[in-house]
Amino acid sequence: MSNLTSLTLKAALAGLADKSFSSVELTQAHIDAVAAAKPLNAYVLETPDKALDMARAADARRASGDAGALEGAPLGIKDLFCTQGVRTTACSNILGNFFPTYESTVTSNLWRDGAVMLGKLNLDEFAMGSSNETSAFGPVVNPWRAEGSTTQLTPGGSSGGSATAVAAGLCLGATATDTGGSIRQPAAFTGTVGIKPTYGRCSRWGVVAFASSLDQAGPIARTVEDAAILLKSMSGHDAKDSTSLDIEVPDFPSFVGKSVKGLRIGIPKEYRVDGMPAEIEKLWEQGIAWLKDAGCEIVEVSLPHTKYALPAYYIVAPAEASSNLARYDGMRFGLRVEGGNLTETYENTRAAGFGTEVKRRIMIGTYVLSAGYYDAYYVKALKVRRRIADDFDQAFQKVDALLTPTAPSAAFALGENADDPVAMYLNDIFTVTVNLAGLPGMSIPAGLDHKGLPLGLQLIGKALDEGTLFSLGGALEKAADFRAKPTRWW
Amino acid sequence: MAIDAATVRKVARLARIAEPEDRIEPLAKELSGILDWIEQLSEVDTDGVQPMTSAVAVAAPMRDDVVTEGGDAARVLSNAPKTVGGFFVVPKVVE
Repeated sequence: MSNLTSLTLKAALAGLADKSFSSVELTQAHIDAVAAAKPLNAYVLETPDKALDMARAADARRASGDAGALEGAPLGIKDLFCTQGVRTTACSNILGNFFPTYESTVTSNLWRDGAVMLGKLNLDEFAMGSSNETSAFGPVVNPWRAEGSTTQLTPGGSSGGSATAVAAGLCLGATATDTGGSIRQPAAFTGTVGIKPTYGRCSRWGVVAFASSLDQAGPIARTVEDAAILLKSMSGHDAKDSTSLDIEVPDFPSFVGKSVKGLRIGIPKEYRVDGMPAEIEKLWEQGIAWLKDAGCEIVEVSLPHTKYALPAYYIVAPAEASSNLARYDGMRFGLRVEGGNLTETYENTRAAGFGTEVKRRIMIGTYVLSAGYYDAYYVKALKVRRRIADDFDQAFQKVDALLTPTAPSAAFALGENADDPVAMYLNDIFTVTVNLAGLPGMSIPAGLDHKGLPLGLQLIGKALDEGTLFSLGGALEKAADFRAKPTRWW
Repeated sequence: MAIDAATVRKVARLARIAEPEDRIEPLAKELSGILDWIEQLSEVDTDGVQPMTSAVAVAAPMRDDVVTEGGDAARVLSNAPKTVGGFFVVPKVVE
């Protein structure tokens, strides 16, 4: 096999099953690709020895007729998932040398099914960012560049390492997490598929917490079917996460390729925002036409509180973050910077350990939860959140799924939005509503802009109806026939 | 509405983050900018709306009241900045 790193996960599993190559060969090819891709800064920790050990064990299990659903497939793991004995940092200096003594449930599920870990992937610090620039390890670089340009572009965030690794052939698929768009926006920026499932599908146990009522794990992959294969393994009830849903995991891959004829697709008129590039508007129209051709009925719907989703999110998420990140006090694990007394030690530790954006969000969260402001900000945001969720409930009385753009632009240059927090937050304008309502959302690569950069379309489903998203995603993928790949420059 | 320097100092103190004096004014400006933008929520009529506290409406599950794991001090302490004799070492709290 000449190019083991450009296979889809599905094709790689087929090749392993028919003995075209071994997991050790497949894994070694990826280890070599990762070693040759340092300029992308996708991995913050490479674990080649562990990967080869896991690959050998996978080959042995397969030889004995005991192959799991992902047996021998090398994956990348976002460095927000705790991995036993393997450094886990959330890309923050405050956890700089943390070695978990336990394994996250999602990664445990992947290893149970035979997957191989190549290493830990870069992200925005504590998953707070839309460009990967807040990482303590420096930004990930998008493998895509505009035609004729050498400007370095962001892969998006926070799962920038996951998206770049999948797009650049540095793993067959990756774990990611999504609190406001952190799976879907990077997928759109890198020409990959990403799905954030319904809140509660994947256990949050062992995933470093950002905003617990919004955080949800999901995969980034090369195809809709690959994403379905990965999500099936990652999902499932876990008693260790009290918000994990105790329901059966559907056979997600079986939904890919199913007919979407007769499905009703809502087009939310509020997503036609001012200043949206004409190319994105055009791509959206194209997506509508593709689904029509596939037999869907298109219905205009209204989600009147859409414009309030981001401001509500920037109360709810920082409030939860300020509470979750209170645990980083320098006492039991992580960084400690001594001071003259206990309070000074706390203050020095947190000043040295957290980056600028994380501090900013902790401060906002602390402010909106503080005495005198709690009702005006926090409770108000929770009420607006209810209205946003009600909007979706109303729309889903009439339609089976919604189609929108994933992000308001293609990948932008590193540094471009760094000085204006609100401009950066607007990246999540189409994705954040789904987190507030707890619904599943998927980004599918649908085309290139005039500069040759990928653009994504987003499908939003009813709670627990990922299956319909996989069917629709498959239909869009087939119609778009997106085959473009970044030209290798690294 | 604007956050002034005194409010930044107070919030930094509550959040237990030491902010150097030269960061106070820039932070006041940044946080005010974000909160001004958030202010648009006041346009939404939320009279009689119940706050939404969880993404999926499910009752909190109950578990058996039993010890599931424990008795492994070495594992608990393995990432501690400072330990002695099987204990965390922390700054003096009571004078």
